[in-house]
Amino acid sequence: MSQPAASTADRHPMPGMMVYNVKLGMWIFLLSEVMFFTALIGSYIILRFAHPDHFAEPGAVLNVPLTAFNTFVLICSSVSMVKAYAAITQGDQKGLKFWLLVTILLGTFFVGVQVYEYIILAQEGFVPMAELYGVAHEIEGAALYGATFYTMTGFHGTHVTIGILCMWFVLYRAWQGKYSADNYGGVEIMGLYWHFVDLVWIILFTIVYLI
Amino acid sequence: MSWLLPESFSTFGPDVDFLYYVILWVTGVVFVITEALLVYFVIRYRRREGQKATYIHGSTKAEIIWTTLPFIAVLALAFISIPSWNMMKNPDSVPADALDYIVNAKQFEWEITYAGTDGVTGTADDISTINIMHVPVNQAVNITLRSEDVLHSFFLPEMRVKQDAVPGMDITVWFEATAAGAYPIGCAELCGNLHTTMGGTLNVYEAAEFDAWVASQSADADDADDADDQEDQ
Amino acid sequence: MDAHAHAHEMPWIRRYVFSTDHKIIAIQFLLMSLFFLVVGGLLAAMIRWQLGFPSEPMPGGMLLPDEMMAPTPAGAIMLPEFYNSLVTMHGTIMIFFAIMPLLVGVFGNLLIPLQIGADDMAFPRLNMASFWMAFPAGLLMLVSFAVEGGAAGAGWTSYAPLSASGEYTGVYLGQQLWLISLTILGFASLAGAVNYITTIINMRAPGMTWFRMPLATWALFITAILILLAIPILAGALIMLLFDQTIGTGFFLPASDGEPLLWQHLFWFFGHPEVYILILPAMGITSDVLANGARKPVFGYHAMVLAIVSIAFLSWIVWGHHMFQSGMNPMLGTTFMITTMVIAVPSAIKVFNWLGTIYKGNIHLHTPMLHALGFVSMFIIGGLSGVFMASTPVDVYIHDTYFIVAHIHYVLFGGSLFAIFAGVTFWYPKMFGRLMNEKWGRIHFWLTLILYNLVFWPMHSIGIQGHMRRIYDPTQYEFLQPLQPINQFITVCVFALVAVQAIYALNFIISIWKGKKAGNNPWHANSLEWTVPSPPPHGNFELVPIVYRGPYEYSAPDVEEDYWLQDTPPPSETAAPALEPQPVAD
Repeated sequence: MSQPAASTADRHPMPGMMVYNVKLGMWIFLLSEVMFFTALIGSYIILRFAHPDHFAEPGAVLNVPLTAFNTFVLICSSVSMVKAYAAITQGDQKGLKFWLLVTILLGTFFVGVQVYEYIILAQEGFVPMAELYGVAHEIEGAALYGATFYTMTGFHGTHVTIGILCMWFVLYRAWQGKYSADNYGGVEIMGLYWHFVDLVWIILFTIVYLI
Repeated sequence: MSWLLPESFSTFGPDVDFLYYVILWVTGVVFVITEALLVYFVIRYRRREGQKATYIHGSTKAEIIWTTLPFIAVLALAFISIPSWNMMKNPDSVPADALDYIVNAKQFEWEITYAGTDGVTGTADDISTINIMHVPVNQAVNITLRSEDVLHSFFLPEMRVKQDAVPGMDITVWFEATAAGAYPIGCAELCGNLHTTMGGTLNVYEAAEFDAWVASQSADADDADDADDQEDQ
Repeated sequence: MDAHAHAHEMPWIRRYVFSTDHKIIAIQFLLMSLFFLVVGGLLAAMIRWQLGFPSEPMPGGMLLPDEMMAPTPAGAIMLPEFYNSLVTMHGTIMIFFAIMPLLVGVFGNLLIPLQIGADDMAFPRLNMASFWMAFPAGLLMLVSFAVEGGAAGAGWTSYAPLSASGEYTGVYLGQQLWLISLTILGFASLAGAVNYITTIINMRAPGMTWFRMPLATWALFITAILILLAIPILAGALIMLLFDQTIGTGFFLPASDGEPLLWQHLFWFFGHPEVYILILPAMGITSDVLANGARKPVFGYHAMVLAIVSIAFLSWIVWGHHMFQSGMNPMLGTTFMITTMVIAVPSAIKVFNWLGTIYKGNIHLHTPMLHALGFVSMFIIGGLSGVFMASTPVDVYIHDTYFIVAHIHYVLFGGSLFAIFAGVTFWYPKMFGRLMNEKWGRIHFWLTLILYNLVFWPMHSIGIQGHMRRIYDPTQYEFLQPLQPINQFITVCVFALVAVQAIYALNFIISIWKGKKAGNNPWHANSLEWTVPSPPPHGNFELVPIVYRGPYEYSAPDVEEDYWLQDTPPPSETAAPALEPQPVAD
């Protein structure tokens, strides 16, 4: 009738549950991330509607072609993440390590380009500080443009960076042979997070750079 | 320890006070009934040895009744509130003949600007006073409320007027006093260390008296406004 | 049992300090938030001194530094900037570091795994991290009193622009610490919320269907969802405000065309769900305790669950009612008035169902039951006073007056805190293995109830007379001077109210060692936490419990006793080992 309780150490999903704890937890966590970016994006939309004169035409200040390429790189990293996941579900250890490394490199490239972009923009006088915005430089837009741009892309970049650090951890575990065709939860939730970050970027790229 | 509102002296007064007393009665009755039932049940059904509670899980009929009745009651309260709210806050409700004022809030004073003899604010013959506001009785006044620094809240308790002043926004406030006299002005939004000192006086005059005051002020509009304030206090 | 034995081998620091056991973490949250409750209470007493006896030397004021209290030959007089810090910190500490961790941190951790039949939370280490983020965040908040410029002084709502730049208040670092502390606390809350939701969805014991969960767990589940979705909004707003303060952005500063009202919208979009985060668990706890005290099933269990869910849903579309006088579009105000009125309905449903629960019961007035009844009666007042401010024209007059202060305290103190007293007393034996003293518990309840009403009932009245909130010296306004005797009366009662809490504190501390041994089920309750020893061992259940029925089968005709544990097999099945009857606590 009753069964022995699982000890805290080796926990299994309860009978009848479709999703294991860590994956469910990641989905739930991502919901809160959605709300966080909603707050930032919502504020951006409100400020932009209230003060259109603060925001330059698309491409006038921001380097759209460069970032479009960068967006492509990030999408590629999502594809390589899928490849890593597909590899381990087949038990392909080598493929897992290879595609994780590719994802890390693409992600790092993305962050690198973003930092480069920041440096160039800052030199032109495009900064988040209201008083310093455009000082000594004739650039379009005004204070709210810089503040919202850096806050939104900065928080996204932070998320990518955290993702890369976690991915190094997953790669380290993969090197130790901790994942297999029966046990790939770590890779799967890493993928969930990575795809989410990717999706957020596509939204940010659209509303910050293109519209 | 009173639940009665202090007397009101503006055209908003009857509306606000009526709604307040309606809600006071409705909630008062609910309050008495529910608290009485609570106390009655506790006493009536207190524990007795060897007795078992009645095994009831609920009643759909009861749930429907006590969902529907409060729903109707609160919606009714909302709907009877709408006309007064629109009258008080909708800029379209301001009477056409209202006198124009500008009230500029800053830490920690109210600067009131009057249109002067030409009836238009923002011209050379404007009059201004600090913390003391003069208005004629039975005459609507249309205030453009501004703030220079932080949030303030322009509060005229006896006029049943309250409106936050928000820096960067021009907010329309209007009222019409119905009795001459002196009434308090308060700041109802925390605005800094000396928030508590940001009070003032609203002087409501008879029409003739008010016109005379405007004329006297306009005559020596070039003089320091501060001196005028002293006189009027 | 393995896990149990294993736990005893762990070093002391792993068992009691950096523990991953949900029950230990619950106790850690309990001690932390009771400490902050005391701090918040003392801050309130100081606020009341200034309001009752404006600019008179405060007893003991000489102990505080000159930046807070101006020394005079007669004694130390409170400075207005310190008064503003007190008002801000009283609200912040009570809401974020006392009530919220008491309800969510303590009862979420203690009850969820035990009531659903799980051995621990889904992520025990994340759970530990949650506490060890919340506690330092609280300390950081306290430290801000000691920094230059003093603690944050823009109110617990920190309305911009007052909060966005130190030039308006002279508070720079204090406001920044306030923002950082709440951001860290936000992470702690999120960690908890992810844990609670995952645990409840995934780790219920066999037979524990959704509609066999106790209402406390239901309420905590919905609360966790609200936290999960609301806290990130606050975090976004806090970070933008922090940037305004530190690096010079202008999100909320009109000088750079920022929008002060944007802060209010973000804050209250978080803030109104937060209000329900602070009351839903209290409602759940009350339902559990009322059914136990009345020895009767909760009246309309499904309606209660539906009411919780609809409150949670509606809480997202009422935030504008905090901003009726903010300069928002009047049409929008009308919309928010209607949604706000509607949210009163599920609260009313809950009150009627509580009355239905005690109707025809066999009411046992133990201390938790008294507090639960106190909750219901005080929540009625707090709920009804909310109707006044929901009506926009009436709100014009009472907004930002003491009527609002009375309302929030009837909900948060009369409501949440009474439920907390009920819950802590009720589950105290599950935490410490002993019962709190009944006699002193009752004395504490009656003194608190009476003094509490003497303090907050008159605040309605002075609010109706136009007494603004957050003013340092009411006597500055001539029209408020006649109210000063009431202010003094409130102040004296507050001191008494704070003092009688010592009874509870002493009862709490002494009972840890001297209380009556509880046994498994001192209250003859039904839910799963009462089937295991008090305190339960590491891993909680020796055997995974099988659940046969709902949690409120009190006085069922099929059984002789007036309670029926959720995991007792029905008479038809082979009997499980019979449970030893336990003495009733009294």
